[in-house]
Amino acid sequence: MRKNLISIDDLTRADIDRILALAASFAEVSGREIKKVPTLRGRTVINLFYEASTRTSSSFELAAKRLSADLVSVKSVGSSVDKGESLKDTVLTLSAYDPAAVVIRSPHAGAAGLVARWTTASVINAGDGKHEHPTQALLDVYTLWRRLGTLDGLNLWIVGDVLHSRVARSCVLAFTRMGAEVTVCGPPTLIPREFEQLGCRVAYSLDDAGEADVLYALRMQRERMAGAYVPSLREYAANYQIDGRRLGAGQLLMHPGPVNRGVELASEVIDSPQALITQQVESGVVVRMAVLYELLAGSGAPAPADAEPAPAPIGAA
Amino acid sequence: MNDNVVLDAEDMRRTLVRISHEIVEKTGGSRLAVVGIHRRGAVLAQRVRDLVADLVGEPIPLGDIDISFYRDDVAIRSQPTVHASHIEFPVDGMTIVLVDDVLYTGRTVRAAIDALFDYGRPARIQLAVVADRGHRELPIRPDYVGKNLPTAASERVFVRVTELDGVDEVTIGERMAA
Repeated sequence: MRKNLISIDDLTRADIDRILALAASFAEVSGREIKKVPTLRGRTVINLFYEASTRTSSSFELAAKRLSADLVSVKSVGSSVDKGESLKDTVLTLSAYDPAAVVIRSPHAGAAGLVARWTTASVINAGDGKHEHPTQALLDVYTLWRRLGTLDGLNLWIVGDVLHSRVARSCVLAFTRMGAEVTVCGPPTLIPREFEQLGCRVAYSLDDAGEADVLYALRMQRERMAGAYVPSLREYAANYQIDGRRLGAGQLLMHPGPVNRGVELASEVIDSPQALITQQVESGVVVRMAVLYELLAGSGAPAPADAEPAPAPIGAA
Repeated sequence: MNDNVVLDAEDMRRTLVRISHEIVEKTGGSRLAVVGIHRRGAVLAQRVRDLVADLVGEPIPLGDIDISFYRDDVAIRSQPTVHASHIEFPVDGMTIVLVDDVLYTGRTVRAAIDALFDYGRPARIQLAVVADRGHRELPIRPDYVGKNLPTAASERVFVRVTELDGVDEVTIGERMAA
């Protein structure tokens, strides 16, 4: 059993398949009168968010609560981080509460990997700078899997600000691992060279996007745009915005949110029946429950000497 | 495998028929549902449900339940495959017969009862098992028993079903290495 989830690269296809099946089981739990199971009772999950987030932090909170874990949420604003405490000191302090898992969101690439060195808890990367956002990619895989049954042979285009997007990197890794063919598309200034080495194609215009089964639009990250990467948002929209004209009737549309309406997506496609954006949000809670379960079940303590052995394949005792 | 067969296919069929008769006798067959515990319990529950429905001449709701998320040892051992549960009828006020293959410590049944209560408030929960091998660690007793099999802790009871194992039988063998 794996301890941390820092990158999609940590996961094999079998791992992802298991997480999908777990998430489907948790989706059934979410349909019950009592949407909560006692699985992680008595264990503590710490949410450590150094960056603004609505859906990731709230869905991790809900996931931990629906598994009956005790939850501590720390946001950088209003915490001792404000007073200049370093990441390492904060993690060491919070580790004194003996958490089973630390969920970390940070503006700096590599932060989650560092935290994993400083704590014995399981560390889940909830987005580290421009590096990765593995649970977002897993919920995107889950959303497509629920809709289509498989990602094998799927033609997927990821469109937009690939350079600043941790979602793009995690999604390319996850989608290709699940057998999809991925193309990243955007202005040359927003596509880093190394993406071709991740096993995807690169396109600089939407001309051939008609071949795609799924168009996955990325958010224009205005808060990360220090330099002039595109002449103007209007020019970007003219070339790369997905609108009613560019979205074919048989194509599905995804977006990790939050959407800049009128920039990467036109309003008419956001509300179209092909859009899976709401389903992606719904998938967030059950997939994060699956990840918490996958990392924490069986990790609590060494089995006592008199424990029964794990069940054999046939028959139950 | 050098296991001793204690029930063969015909014995198992007769056992399930008898249990189904007892269920109808004890419950009257009204407001009744049958829920199997994954995985072999779920297969057996379907057979019991079909038999009971034939006897009372009415459809009887069938469900299945996976108890992985309710185990008392989640923290200490890695989990076998998790299956989704399916309880697609209202459980409020129902008599629910839980079905499992082997009753041993009672911990699985405890977990299944907890899980059922998250779907609503059943009027009664009863327990039917094909084999009761003793060694209870909780105050749980079955309402319907196929066969009592006093065993040593070093032994293992296997209930096999055609749907999953290609054969219907109950055997006792030595415990496999974990």
